[in-house]
Amino acid sequence: MSDAWTAVRGRPTRFLASAWPWRSLAYVGSTVPVGVAWLILLLVVLGVGVATIVVVAGLFVLAGVPRLARRAASGERRRLRLMFPERPANRPGRVSGPEIGVMVLLATVFWPVDAIALVMLSAPIVLLCAPVLVRHDVVDVAGWRVDHTGEAWAAAAAGLGALVLLAYAVTALACAQAALVRHLLEESKARLAEAVQQLRRSRSGLVDAFETERRRIERDLHDGVQQRLVALTMTLGSAELDLADGPGLDLVREAHHQAEQALADLRTTIRGIHPQVLTDHGLAAAVHEIAGRSPVPVHLRLALDGRLPSAVEAAAYFFVSENLTNVVRHAQARSAQVQARIEDHALIVSVVDDGIGGADPQAGTGLAGLHARIDALDGELDISSPTGGPTQVRMTCPIR
Amino acid sequence: MPDPLTPPPKALRIIVAEDAALLREGLVRILERAGHEVVAAVPDAQALLTYTGNCRPDLVVTDIRMPPTHTDEGLRAAATIRATHPGIAIMLLSAYVADAYVGELLGSAPGGGIGYLLKDRVGHVRDFLDSVDRVAAGGTVVDGEVVRQLVGLRHADGPLAGLTEREREVLALMAEGHTNHAIAGKMFVSEAAVRKHIGNIFAKLPLDPHSDRRVSAVLTYLRGSPGA
Repeated sequence: MSDAWTAVRGRPTRFLASAWPWRSLAYVGSTVPVGVAWLILLLVVLGVGVATIVVVAGLFVLAGVPRLARRAASGERRRLRLMFPERPANRPGRVSGPEIGVMVLLATVFWPVDAIALVMLSAPIVLLCAPVLVRHDVVDVAGWRVDHTGEAWAAAAAGLGALVLLAYAVTALACAQAALVRHLLEESKARLAEAVQQLRRSRSGLVDAFETERRRIERDLHDGVQQRLVALTMTLGSAELDLADGPGLDLVREAHHQAEQALADLRTTIRGIHPQVLTDHGLAAAVHEIAGRSPVPVHLRLALDGRLPSAVEAAAYFFVSENLTNVVRHAQARSAQVQARIEDHALIVSVVDDGIGGADPQAGTGLAGLHARIDALDGELDISSPTGGPTQVRMTCPIR
Repeated sequence: MPDPLTPPPKALRIIVAEDAALLREGLVRILERAGHEVVAAVPDAQALLTYTGNCRPDLVVTDIRMPPTHTDEGLRAAATIRATHPGIAIMLLSAYVADAYVGELLGSAPGGGIGYLLKDRVGHVRDFLDSVDRVAAGGTVVDGEVVRQLVGLRHADGPLAGLTEREREVLALMAEGHTNHAIAGKMFVSEAAVRKHIGNIFAKLPLDPHSDRRVSAVLTYLRGSPGA
């Protein structure tokens, strides 16, 4: 029972035994009171609004019409579930013209049409009941006088036939009406999709801007503070050569050591922001550098040619860096393997170790941050770490 | 050209290329202090090539990352110098370890000495000057940090897989430019033991029989990177 219109065109016995005639009846039937209610509400609001417009209050009242339209539309969305039970009602966005249209149609066209359909439905029901009714009185349906039992049974048979026809008619009416309402209201769905597109664009723009900014900070640190610190160590190193043994030399040595510590700290910081080797030489060189620093031996299989978008390179770099750190800290692994390749316009990077497994993807802020980073690039992060190992972490990131 | 009244025994004519003014001045000061003559101090690779062509120095000390692209201008300039003036020794300075550099560096044609140091090392003035002398004398000096990182990558495959831990250690120290005597001192073993290790290394590595086996072994070692 995917939808009513398919059922109407299917086998009659199946259609008549299905819930569709009843659902359609409920839809058409409920349209009448709902439509009448909206008509009255609309008339009252418009009447009051127009009447009080001279004292300005009317403007406020009339300004409420779009809100009414929104209410009407959300009610219609709910009622649409009668006809489209498998399709969830989408969430309304801003009040749109079509929503007002639905309210107006509901208040002026739908309910009178549906009311006529319901009145017509009463005729076959009366005919169907003719054998019972005829015992008490003459039955008169649309000019057909039924006054004895034999004729009453014929009337009942005709009523049954008409009922079947009307079941089709009502379902078709409900289908048409629901399709129209859905068509009007789903305009806002298209708008929603557009909004999502725009959000996605602005998000990736934001990620790019973020990455550019990080590179700028890296360059500033490199060209500024780092150079000064290196120059400082050079000066101190020269001073050491000039000084004779004694407390003065000890102090200069101490200062030299401190300057080197500061330099090492700065280097670590820069690496965490956006490593120079990544900026200059791309992902493969940067991964080589991380692997070279790792205390656990790392096997590399990198099939990467040329440069990738910098946000993707950065995400992949931090993915490898974070996971190799985890391998060292938690996995008790003897070795790890990093693979990277491009497949179907996507970068796929994986880090596998031969450790004890049991890594918890929820634990630690590192992985969560990584997840957000990759997510923002429409990428995916998969972790498989059964107890006993091996731990396998994989990221896939589209390259646009 | 001013005539130094008391020229040091190994006074070298040097060109310094470094874009950061502070470091350039610092390098010049250190080198001149040691009695070398800095014939030019330039801020970019183009100027380096021009001055090298004109002045024919003994040694070029250059930063790898220089304008305009801040990637590997210095390295490319070094390769050009190596091709046009193979006798000029080259000392490269880098802010960080990049594997690719080592491959490119050693891929260049044979010639004068070559060195690759991290900039931090310059602060250890005595060691730095020692490295400068070794490179000027035709030696190969690769920063200990670079060597350590490469060793980490080299365990798995390549021609070095057959070496023992001890042999690899000896080879790493050779790559840093140390003599057998210095290696023996650093490893707390006798010089004879070092020679035995080196003999084993030579036997195990596929070395070019026509070149200096020691240099060839170091090159094999440094080139053994899967990425380089």
